[in-house]
Amino acid sequence: MSDDPRHAPRARHGRAPDVFRPGGWVSMKEYADHETVDFVIVGTGAGGATLACKLAEYGFSVVALDAGPYFRPLEDFASDESEQTKLYWTDDRIVDGDNPLQLGSNNSGKAVGGSTVHFAMVSLRFRPEWFKARTKLGYGADWPIDWREMWAYYTEVEQALKISGPVNYPWGPPRPRYPYRAHPLNAAARALARGCEALGIGWTETPLATLSAPRGLAHPCVYRGFCVTGCSTNAKQSALVTWIPRALSAGAEIRDLAMVGRIETDANGLAAGVHYHRQSKWHFQKARNVVVAGYAIETPRLLLNSANDKFPDGLANSSGLVGKNLMAQANQAVWGEMDEEVRSYKGPPSLAITEHWNYEDEGKDFFGGYAYMSQGPLPQLWANTQATAHGLWGARLVEEMKRYNHVVGLKIVGEMLPQEHNRVTLADELDQYGLRIPRVTYSWCDNDKRLIDHSIAFMSRALGAIGTKNIWVQEDDTCHLNGTARMGDRPDSSVVNADCRSWDIPNLWICDGSVFPTVGGANPSLTIQAIACRTADRIRTLSRLGEIRLN
Amino acid sequence: MLDWKAERGAGEPYPGYDVLAKWRSPSWNDKTREVVAARLKAADEPRFFTREEFETLIAVADRILPQPAPRPPIPVAALLDQKLQDGVMDGYRAASLPRDGEAWRRGLRALDAEARARHDHGFAKIVESDRDDLLRCCEAGELKSPAWDGMPSQTFFKHRLLRDLVLAYYCHPISWSEIGWGGPASPRGYVRLDFNDRDPWEAAEAKPGHEADALRVNRNVR
Ligand SMILES: Cc1cc2nc3c(=O)[nH]c(=O)nc-3n(C[C@H](O)[C@H](O)[C@H](O)COP(=O)(O)OP(=O)(O)OC[C@H]3O[C@@H](n4cnc5c(N)ncnc54)[C@H](O)[C@@H]3O)c2cc1C
Ligand code: SF4
Repeated sequence: MSDDPRHAPRARHGRAPDVFRPGGWVSMKEYADHETVDFVIVGTGAGGATLACKLAEYGFSVVALDAGPYFRPLEDFASDESEQTKLYWTDDRIVDGDNPLQLGSNNSGKAVGGSTVHFAMVSLRFRPEWFKARTKLGYGADWPIDWREMWAYYTEVEQALKISGPVNYPWGPPRPRYPYRAHPLNAAARALARGCEALGIGWTETPLATLSAPRGLAHPCVYRGFCVTGCSTNAKQSALVTWIPRALSAGAEIRDLAMVGRIETDANGLAAGVHYHRQSKWHFQKARNVVVAGYAIETPRLLLNSANDKFPDGLANSSGLVGKNLMAQANQAVWGEMDEEVRSYKGPPSLAITEHWNYEDEGKDFFGGYAYMSQGPLPQLWANTQATAHGLWGARLVEEMKRYNHVVGLKIVGEMLPQEHNRVTLADELDQYGLRIPRVTYSWCDNDKRLIDHSIAFMSRALGAIGTKNIWVQEDDTCHLNGTARMGDRPDSSVVNADCRSWDIPNLWICDGSVFPTVGGANPSLTIQAIACRTADRIRTLSRLGEIRLN
Repeated sequence: MLDWKAERGAGEPYPGYDVLAKWRSPSWNDKTREVVAARLKAADEPRFFTREEFETLIAVADRILPQPAPRPPIPVAALLDQKLQDGVMDGYRAASLPRDGEAWRRGLRALDAEARARHDHGFAKIVESDRDDLLRCCEAGELKSPAWDGMPSQTFFKHRLLRDLVLAYYCHPISWSEIGWGGPASPRGYVRLDFNDRDPWEAAEAKPGHEADALRVNRNVR
């Protein structure tokens, strides 16, 4: 039988891969399809894995399904950009709008552990005011959650992932010290620091979800720089090596290569379980509660694909908002060349950061904020950037690539505003499972463009101030996806409430990046995980009050 | 055996550096050796494209990524053929583009038709400057032959042609050596991270007047 985890599931027969030991296994509880479990969770990324772990630890029966394979990083991950595209969600998707999104390697993952298997590990807290963006800052929408509550959950996640970070974080209200020390800076990060100092703004070592000291069987980061193509040493604290092993030992079942195609509802309009495709067959898992955690494209797609006679517009969609308010984050960069050798391929790509423009509102002609970070693109990514963003080909491209080791760059993660016409809908074409594929429509608004212009002007100055030559701007890039099933206070203006529970179907929950009402200018995964921890606590509380379906 | 490397001295930033010399070093784990070995065996015969399409593709790739004479060329067209044959896709496409493989077939046929219309010969048979002109027109969206069948030439150029060829070229160890990248790095990563810092297993850059030093150092990079 093939040992390729993309062809045959690994989590079966009462065991799952031990990601820490080559060839090793850990035991896993298994449920039959006809056994009704307390929670079936669709997706095992930042949201799904965290929730699966916490709910299992609270004693609920949990089955978490993922469409992707169950990788063993120590054995399956090559130091190779092409090979590692196997981590990405590359099923067919159509992009349109004025600014079509680039997805694929740039976006969602398809693996046990979700996109955290290839994410860049930047682990930031939101600025407190963002949770009340409408009331306090005058744009977007308010979250139904208070920042002080989030502050405690952030601490929980930072501890769970042993985040490495600076002793004092320069922005926002005090936070506890990071569990592990900050990583050393590489030259690319030092360039960011020099630029900030030249322009008189703060910078710091980036809080990162990669180990700066050993943890159990995982070694510290060896600065190999392949983070966004998968960490083969387990230094990266992805969901695959943190929440998932914890979930298994607490009795959760993980089902890999299990693609959920439809959520079934019963005669009472409650969720009854999920239809999923595994090993060439469709199965049906019965459950008392269904949680969707497939990320901001697959989550609305599944809800829309689950439309039935009772819910003709898709599940949880009485507000009409499922799929709407998709928010990417702006990801513009400024690049140039230094006389010194930079060799930014060494180390995690973003070792230094400034959140100055997330916290400073003076002098802005736009709503929202942005952070910017140092960069470390590997050759294929860099060549593609030079070709498609800089427009080089032919001898100019080949010659320019020879300057690779002198390249320095700054890149933002910038807030984009929620807009209803940025959305996920269903196209008529079908994928390999026979399911309608998503169409993702995206256009920047004027505010998005003003934020981008501000960031480009500022970063160009920062690079110029440190003697960088041949500076050029990468204008068209976005990262991270959120929105499409926003949380809120009211059923007519949101899809779920603060507990990630859908307004329409009380035993249907959504727990991933989809629930964000706004995105802020910070990478989202820490917030997704904090919300999942909060959701688990709320579910435990509600179940004690008898307000959750458990029979 | 690899004589061309010694000649690579002049003008190259990393003379004598060969990423593959680290094959047995701790920088390469088994999985990496397995996938790169498979890549180095890329077949010359097309499996996805027809012979004709493949010749057009080679002629396009030559202009997008011209290769210096003294060293063996990177088989860009063959690498792309293999990727499409294996069904490896980007996973997203503009609404005006068909799926990756179909876009390529149509695009190559259209470029060939454009060449015939202008020069009476297929794309592979016209001179380099004419090929470059056609590619520039493609990039600018000026090609409108019916063979495009509704696919905008500039969208094809930017999102398929350029992207896929560049990824194919820079997935090959020869290109890694050319730009002085450290290459695969697991389990051994890096220790020296600061400006102008170089681990002994990284490429040394030729500084003006000191090319011979770089050549000597690079021959010993393991
Ligand atoms: C290159 C890159 C770098 C990034 N860097 C950072 C960073 O530095 N910091 C940060 O905070 N964030 C980063 N992100 C973003 C971060 O990874 C995501 O925001 C986060 O993982 C999203 O969590 P999620 O739970 O919503 O979805 P995911 O983590 O994507 O998990 C969703 C899972 O659901 C599965 N799934 C979907 N649909 C189905 C279905 N129908 N049936 C079964 N399974 C299904 C998928 O296979 C996937 O495994 C990065 C992303 C990318 C692409
Ligand atoms: S740099 Fe560190 S986190 Fe990134 S892939 Fe290497 S070991 Fe893993």
